[in-house]
Amino acid sequence: MKAFAELLDRLSLTASRNAKLTLVRDYLRQTPDPDRGWALAALTGELSFDAAKPAFIRKAVEARMDPQLFAWSYDYVGDLAETVALVWPARPGANREPQLSEVVDALRGATRPEVQRLIEGWLDALQPTGRWALLKLMTGGLRVGLTARLAKRAVADMGAEPVPAVEIEELWHALHPPYEDLFAWLEGHGERPSSDNPGRFRPAMLAQALDEAVDFGKLDPADYSAEWKWDGIRVQAVNEGGVRRLYTRTGDDISKGFPDVVDALTAEGSIDGELLVMRDGRIASFGDLQQRLNRKSVDAKLLAKFPAGIRAYDLLAEGPEDTRPLPFAERRRRLEAFVAREQSDRIDLSPIQPFATWAELTALRANPPAGDPQVSEGLMLKRLDSIYEAGRPKGPWFKWKRDPLLIDAVLMYAQRGHGKRSSFYSDYTFGVWTEDDAGQRVLTPVGKAYFGFTDEELKQIDKFVRDNTLERFGPVRSVRAEPHHGLVFEVAFEGLQRSTRHKSGVAMRFPRINRLRWDKPPGEADALSTLERMLAAQ
Amino acid sequence: MSYIRLLMIRPQDLLCPKPEGLYCPPGDFYIDPVRPVARAVITHGHADHARAGHGAVLATPQTLDIMGERYGLDFAQTVQAGAYGEKFARDDVEVTLVPAGHVLGSAQAVVRWKGLTMVVSGDYKRRRDPTCPAFEPIPCDVFISEATFGLPVFRHPDDREEIARLLRSVAQFPERSHLVGAYALGKAQRIIRLLREAGWDRPIHVHGALERLNALYERHGIDLGPLEPATTGKKPDFAGQIVIAPPSATQDRWSRRFPDPVTAFASGWMQVRARARQRGVELPLVISDHADWDELTATVDELRPGELWITHGREEALARWAELHGVPARAMALVGYEEEDDD
Ligand SMILES: [Zn+2]
Ligand SMILES: [Zn+2]
Repeated sequence: MKAFAELLDRLSLTASRNAKLTLVRDYLRQTPDPDRGWALAALTGELSFDAAKPAFIRKAVEARMDPQLFAWSYDYVGDLAETVALVWPARPGANREPQLSEVVDALRGATRPEVQRLIEGWLDALQPTGRWALLKLMTGGLRVGLTARLAKRAVADMGAEPVPAVEIEELWHALHPPYEDLFAWLEGHGERPSSDNPGRFRPAMLAQALDEAVDFGKLDPADYSAEWKWDGIRVQAVNEGGVRRLYTRTGDDISKGFPDVVDALTAEGSIDGELLVMRDGRIASFGDLQQRLNRKSVDAKLLAKFPAGIRAYDLLAEGPEDTRPLPFAERRRRLEAFVAREQSDRIDLSPIQPFATWAELTALRANPPAGDPQVSEGLMLKRLDSIYEAGRPKGPWFKWKRDPLLIDAVLMYAQRGHGKRSSFYSDYTFGVWTEDDAGQRVLTPVGKAYFGFTDEELKQIDKFVRDNTLERFGPVRSVRAEPHHGLVFEVAFEGLQRSTRHKSGVAMRFPRINRLRWDKPPGEADALSTLERMLAAQ
Repeated sequence: MSYIRLLMIRPQDLLCPKPEGLYCPPGDFYIDPVRPVARAVITHGHADHARAGHGAVLATPQTLDIMGERYGLDFAQTVQAGAYGEKFARDDVEVTLVPAGHVLGSAQAVVRWKGLTMVVSGDYKRRRDPTCPAFEPIPCDVFISEATFGLPVFRHPDDREEIARLLRSVAQFPERSHLVGAYALGKAQRIIRLLREAGWDRPIHVHGALERLNALYERHGIDLGPLEPATTGKKPDFAGQIVIAPPSATQDRWSRRFPDPVTAFASGWMQVRARARQRGVELPLVISDHADWDELTATVDELRPGELWITHGREEALARWAELHGVPARAMALVGYEEEDDD
């Protein structure tokens, strides 16, 4: 339990992705079975217990100490699990810290009253960090800033010879905690576990960003097929051996939130496509799709109001056959036939855009025809002979995004960064001009960005922030932003949405700093009305 | 029955709070005054307790040395060095300095008058510290305690465990440097000693602001091992190295000279995760020179004073605990003492 607690503790304060990978990888290398397997299950969100509820913890601690002293402590710390972990008045007599596997076994098997007695005993035996980890584990949701994907990546790195992360992803849905077979294979003393698991996820193939200046000179248009890149979320729908699933491109199972889409795939096979809200064959806004995402349950009303479907890009399996080794042109022919047979209003085809020269394609991207292509994110290019290869191989697939939207906005607040950037003010809130109730021209925040600039530019902005600070609020500083004094950013973004969370009423998608406009007086930055017009034009 | 009732003298006749600090009318002196006064007893060298500009100062030789180093030799008109245990009398008030276990030279002030004993703890801790002698419990009628960490959430772990965590991190991230924030007086030298005891015998790199106090500790017989300035050398030279600096420097532009530093901070405040996050600390080390909750309450329990007075920190919680355990307590809320001696 101690090693697991130290791991969680460090992860919760570590910002760098590489450092997180090292922490998890080393833990997996150094910890024996089955503890490491249960830890991995906890980190990837595969564990949940319902016998232990947080309310009981509070009662247990108040039975042991003065409630007033507890109240002051809770007030000071602000987090229940952490407070209890720190103040827990241990009764003497507890001697041995529990193993993680012991805790997991007991929590899985025990009834509620038994669990409460066990937990009190464990809390007595553990140190504060161990108690904190135990309480987080029990109440679910570790929230230590580690995605399941990154945890799997660390697994791929743990052996003497790292394996590609996509192999772990491909295997993942056929594995069960505590994953002893997986570790044995990675450490070179076991067979590769079988990934033969009906309805499993197949790691996605991703595209590189196209660099027009370089790539067009080297590529032959005759080798490539082009289609639109739709603005939803990339998914994989599977129907195998009676098992139907819908996965995100990172392998998260989202079947529960999309029963309408899951039911639509009636033939056996696996398709890769874009999940969208569609009405009468037309794409609705990304905001509509967001109404369906991250929901634990869906009701008939929601399903009717925001009907979801898939626009298919590719065919990964047909019946029992794995089609991924076939060339794209062949897969595409089979996909067209497959979608035609389905005859579903929830699955359609992403159409191929014929072109002969790069100039022709450039024109198409600049002026998409009326209808859905106008709200696409850009174009995709796929080599006709490319096999479906997991990861982001160089060469076979390219994405060619539309040019971003641009505005000039004024820096208003800056916040300290994390990790490598903790000595810099690197997270920026910027605003545009509007009128307040009294008719005064004032800035209103419209977004936040923390990338898009070079290290050298970061130093310059950091200096500007320090030299022009108005007020400090913890890690945040407000900076001078006046019509004739301040810093203007050219901000690039992919689109706009209405938002009730932002005072300005709009929210940007993927904002980043495109250029520093030292030359521009803040008074000449854009106004909120410009954003309103962009929103109306979408 | 305690002297207090037997002798019909009131403790506040011997020591009472004034804006300048804790005042002793029959002896006409202050303890750790925050403004210049004619006569002062100084418990230890942290800047919020030891200020320049007093007339006469009584303190341990180490504390006087620290004050001279910081403020220059003319920091007071006259000074008197009091070794631990030595008795000083002024009229019928007797003052003795005894170890407080806080930093080099730190003392409790034991004040006796007409059979009444009052002990001013200054800042103190109860656990072992390789840079100063341990706190000595003195039976007393009134114990005047600090309460910097006077909340049950503050339970400082074994400092050797914390140092072991630091060394594990150094081994795990050999390409990064470890930048440890530590207060210049006491904490920095204790961390260095603890590292040496844990077997780290490579040079430790130190920020310029620590150099004078490090040299002073060495003069007082605390062996810090090989130290090097953190300013010479190129970025890659600091990979796998430990650098010690004042906490303010670890987050400042100064830190950019090190390769992808792991920012650590050695402080009792690091017990609370939100505090670590707020300061951008990646590796919090819970190492404090103050008594934690268990030490504060155990000390009250051990001494069982007639009354407990609490000078600064989180007075209300410790006062409540004392009342619940049958020791009358009073919060004095003295102002001018920092949360933790940040110098
Ligand atoms: Zn102090
Ligand atoms: Zn103090």
